[in-house]
Amino acid sequence: MSQKNISIEAINLKKVYLRGSEEIPAVNDVSMRINQGDFISIIGPSGSGKTTLINLLGFLDNPTSGELYLGGRSIFNHAKPLSERELTKIRRETFGYIFQNFYLIPTLTVMENVMLPLTFYRKPGTENEAVKLLKLLEMDHRKDHLPGQISGGEMQRVAIARAMVNRPEILLADEPTGNLDTKRSAEIVQVLQELNRNVGLTVIMVTHNQDLARHADRMFEMKDGQIRQID
Amino acid sequence: MITKFQVAYKNLLRKRVRSLLTLIGIALSAWVLVSLLGFNHGYETSLNKDIDNMGFELMLMAKGCPYEAATMMLKGGTGLKYIKESFMEDIAKEPEVEKAFPMLMSAVFDPNKGESGGIAGYFGVEAKSFAELKPSLKFRQGGWFTDVNAYEAVMGYEAAELEQREVGDKILMPDKNVEFKVVGVLERTGTQDDGTIFVPLKTLQKIFGRPDELTTIGIKLKKGVDSTRFEEKLYKLPDVQVVSLTQVKQTIMGLISTAKVMVLSIAIIAILIAMVGVINTILTSVWERFQEIGILKTIGAMPWDIFKLIWIETLILCTTGGILGIILALILSRVTDLVIRYVLPYAPSGGLVLIDLKLVLITMAAILCIGLLSGLYPAWKAGRIMPLEAIRGEVGR
Repeated sequence: MSQKNISIEAINLKKVYLRGSEEIPAVNDVSMRINQGDFISIIGPSGSGKTTLINLLGFLDNPTSGELYLGGRSIFNHAKPLSERELTKIRRETFGYIFQNFYLIPTLTVMENVMLPLTFYRKPGTENEAVKLLKLLEMDHRKDHLPGQISGGEMQRVAIARAMVNRPEILLADEPTGNLDTKRSAEIVQVLQELNRNVGLTVIMVTHNQDLARHADRMFEMKDGQIRQID
Repeated sequence: MITKFQVAYKNLLRKRVRSLLTLIGIALSAWVLVSLLGFNHGYETSLNKDIDNMGFELMLMAKGCPYEAATMMLKGGTGLKYIKESFMEDIAKEPEVEKAFPMLMSAVFDPNKGESGGIAGYFGVEAKSFAELKPSLKFRQGGWFTDVNAYEAVMGYEAAELEQREVGDKILMPDKNVEFKVVGVLERTGTQDDGTIFVPLKTLQKIFGRPDELTTIGIKLKKGVDSTRFEEKLYKLPDVQVVSLTQVKQTIMGLISTAKVMVLSIAIIAILIAMVGVINTILTSVWERFQEIGILKTIGAMPWDIFKLIWIETLILCTTGGILGIILALILSRVTDLVIRYVLPYAPSGGLVLIDLKLVLITMAAILCIGLLSGLYPAWKAGRIMPLEAIRGEVGR
């Protein structure tokens, strides 16, 4: 991982959706700081705004108001939201994403899926990253298999390798164990924990599973769009 | 490293049947297109070759002779009127004329030809002048007539094959009950000469009771002579009409132009259908992968990358379909030739569908252009998919 100190700071972050003429505040006045190397988890019931928050923190969406800093640099400007192109640039240089549904390309092998991000953007020194990651995630013996030929847990490992192949500073995991059984879920969280400890990767994980969330260094709870840290 | 091409190619394999059907649609369009262009090219080339093989530029014939007679003559037809042989001398004296060739065509009904009989054409020529006129004619056996009044015949390749005659055999002119000795059999020329029986002009005039008459005088002009001007001069002769072979060509091309327009329309419709098929296939594939495309954006793909990915899929389909269509057209060109020959009022003797490298390249370029155009909209739509909408599963279409 890069030795840069990439932190995320949100100040009075707000995201409001319109349902007809009614304003729905999905994220309401959230302020938080995530430091380089943090492993944080966000829990909360459905509709509490945790996915909206992770999308804002991961630059998948523009907030309605508030301030957002990445590595000390102010990124969000309310007067001029970032274009999709600008968001993509930030995303591919800094973030890795994993999702509940894995979203692997079914026609590509495990290795090809992991290497896919390099087709679009490649950081220097990532030539052998895919091979290393598959080994690290104990998936190298499955590298020529198609996603349909491996288990859910293995698919999520592949998705993690894909997210990591361009050496991101921050990994965003939105319900990464949502489609897995308890045993596989624990394994995936353990993988995230190891990446955080061994490689210094910042991990932001959204989950509804409190047991898994406890593996993080810091745990937050979202309710009605507002956040609080759980001690 | 995996390339965009590999990603695009593997995606097409995801729905094999759909991709295959689209491919077939493109291949059929390419086949129609290349065959049509090949026909346009081949027909004109063969017609020019036929006319060049005539060896002269103008034909003088009797007035009132139907204009289409020129076409019929090319096919060895019947029903012609006659002109005086003395015109030959007058024409030969003209300074513009390099050579004039007398010809008498006659036809008799042959009950043994085909299943219910048919017309057998005899061509009365002067051996010396006819050989000068067509230096490309070569003998498989024997040679020209030994005397201008001899009862001898030279048979075209197909005529000899049909009648199963060789040099030394006899052939009987049906109806007239006259026997000819075969003194020569020609090599295959690929023209109507293959099916013709040549006999000495004087002999044929005698048999048909037309000692001083001809059906046609072929006129070869000196180089640089204005044929239109000379035509006007010829019209001073009584009761004649002049047919220039350029005119013949134009007439024939006019006759087939309707067929050409029809086939061209079919080709355009086929291409449009293929185009819609490509758009439909790619667009459906884009919608089906809506979330996947959004995820590609989260892992670093720019809108232009997605655009290229989808465009490559279109190009793979169109290039493969185009190549298959061209191969199909090359393999089936003989069948296409036969079908067109059956449909058209007149077809020259050479190949009607001529597919050369230039034509193949033009067709491929056309198919690729159409492919690129067809891919524009789906690729543009895919490039605009927002990752957040995809992740949420919102169909922001």
